[in-house]
Amino acid sequence: MHPFSYTKVSDLAGALAAGRRGGRYLAGGTMLVDLMRESVERPSVLVDISALPLGEITATAGGGLRIGALVRMAEAAAHPSVRAAFPVISQALESSASAQLRNMATIGGNIMQRTRCPYFRDVTAACNKREPGAGCAALGGFNRAHAILGASEHCAATHPSDVAVAFAALEANVHLLGPDGERSVALADFLLPPGGTPQREQAARPGELITAVEIPAHPRPLRSGYLKVRDRQSYEFALTSAAVALHLRDGVIHQAKVAAGGVGTVPWKLPAVERLLIGERPSQALWAEAAERAADGARPLEHNRFKIELLKRTVERQLRVVGDLAGGTA
Amino acid sequence: MASEPPGSRVPLGAEPASLFSRRTFIATATAVTVGGVAVASDVVPEPSPQATGAPVSGRVSLVVNGEGRTATIDNRTSLLDLLRERFGLTGTKKGCDAGACGACTVLVDGRRVNACLTLAVRLEGAEVTTIEGLAPGGDDELHPLQQAFIEQDAFQCGYCTPGQIMSGIGCIQEGHTRSPGEIREWMSGNICRCGCYVNIVKAVEQAAGTT
Repeated sequence: MHPFSYTKVSDLAGALAAGRRGGRYLAGGTMLVDLMRESVERPSVLVDISALPLGEITATAGGGLRIGALVRMAEAAAHPSVRAAFPVISQALESSASAQLRNMATIGGNIMQRTRCPYFRDVTAACNKREPGAGCAALGGFNRAHAILGASEHCAATHPSDVAVAFAALEANVHLLGPDGERSVALADFLLPPGGTPQREQAARPGELITAVEIPAHPRPLRSGYLKVRDRQSYEFALTSAAVALHLRDGVIHQAKVAAGGVGTVPWKLPAVERLLIGERPSQALWAEAAERAADGARPLEHNRFKIELLKRTVERQLRVVGDLAGGTA
Repeated sequence: MASEPPGSRVPLGAEPASLFSRRTFIATATAVTVGGVAVASDVVPEPSPQATGAPVSGRVSLVVNGEGRTATIDNRTSLLDLLRERFGLTGTKKGCDAGACGACTVLVDGRRVNACLTLAVRLEGAEVTTIEGLAPGGDDELHPLQQAFIEQDAFQCGYCTPGQIMSGIGCIQEGHTRSPGEIREWMSGNICRCGCYVNIVKAVEQAAGTT
């Protein structure tokens, strides 16, 4: 690990000042410290933001939720408002990492986390994300866990977060504070597909700080849930996952929000699946028909073709689970 | 910053063997060796702390197993290394040193965490509990979960056991012991290479019923 200086800030102004001088924000540290030990990350100044007042979960007008950036994953998952209003968020969080890591890692840090692509973490392998222009060892290497959606010729690493998939399904916004003031960005625009700049994973500007993730209000009742498929039952990243939220009225689906994880370079919203559901009555045939569109546009690599069928089945299963909760399937 | 998109040295569909060519390896190794930092030609290195004069060490005062401790440490020091190398508390074990195995689990301010991913310099005023602090009365006295590990034969080599026990204490405190399945899920951050999982679950279950 390379030497670094350390400063702990007590207010937002102090944080922004340190960020403007090039300091790297440190929240839970579960990703950054790990990558620093591997020499993948080499910040020279760490700015500890854990004392900032960003640790609250508050209800917003109309039934949305604002989750402070420094709320720990364990706290967010267990919070009564989250569990009641958006079980998909709690389920995604509790299927992530381990209890110990969830006690450390924060919501803001989760959004900022970098890929788990093994070539990214291996400083002897070529990686355009780590070293722009170096090449991508995954594209011709062992790519079973990599993305089938959103990859470019430069990078096929998946976004590793589970809760970001739930956030994507629910069309969450990321609140940022920076030298130029506050702004809010849709999560879908905040997390960047690799394109020609795979080293740039988030749309945060230099010195900007995530202050909160806001889930907009959704029509009620809303049933939601998260399904994660992986090589072992716990403490593992997703091969595929599905976040589903459905609102039914009079037995008809009026709103459907669906996103997939483990398959995309960013959390992957599934608008084609959503469109097929809206206006329809739940049925096993409907779930199957909609899920058939889950992998639209997929471009598998040598070792991850299985994800196409697995993704369809994951989405179908979770549509059925949430759909049954939401009003029963005929 | 880069103004051009990065080129991909490896075309789609290339054979894996071509990825780790001698040339690639030497190029990478050289970049790492020279100056100690791998730097792409178009990336400006950040100034090192030494160059800016910022201190790379700090002083931290914390409470470990009820006892106040102060140390001056390199900022890179993990809580795990502080405990083992400076305080002589070698009960907490280093497995992966990457947050993947749970052998280093301790309680910080009552919460179970991975000590390997916790920078010690952040812990000013924190209360840390390690395996040594569970039954401070002496060797004859055991915490109920320690006793349960013995009675349930919940270890073979014992290397992961301190982490398992500290994690189990967190699991019990959090109330995630309503079924063996729930214990398995909430103990999944602790790997046991001897494969004592069945008996570890029994031990946590036993202690949860008695504490």
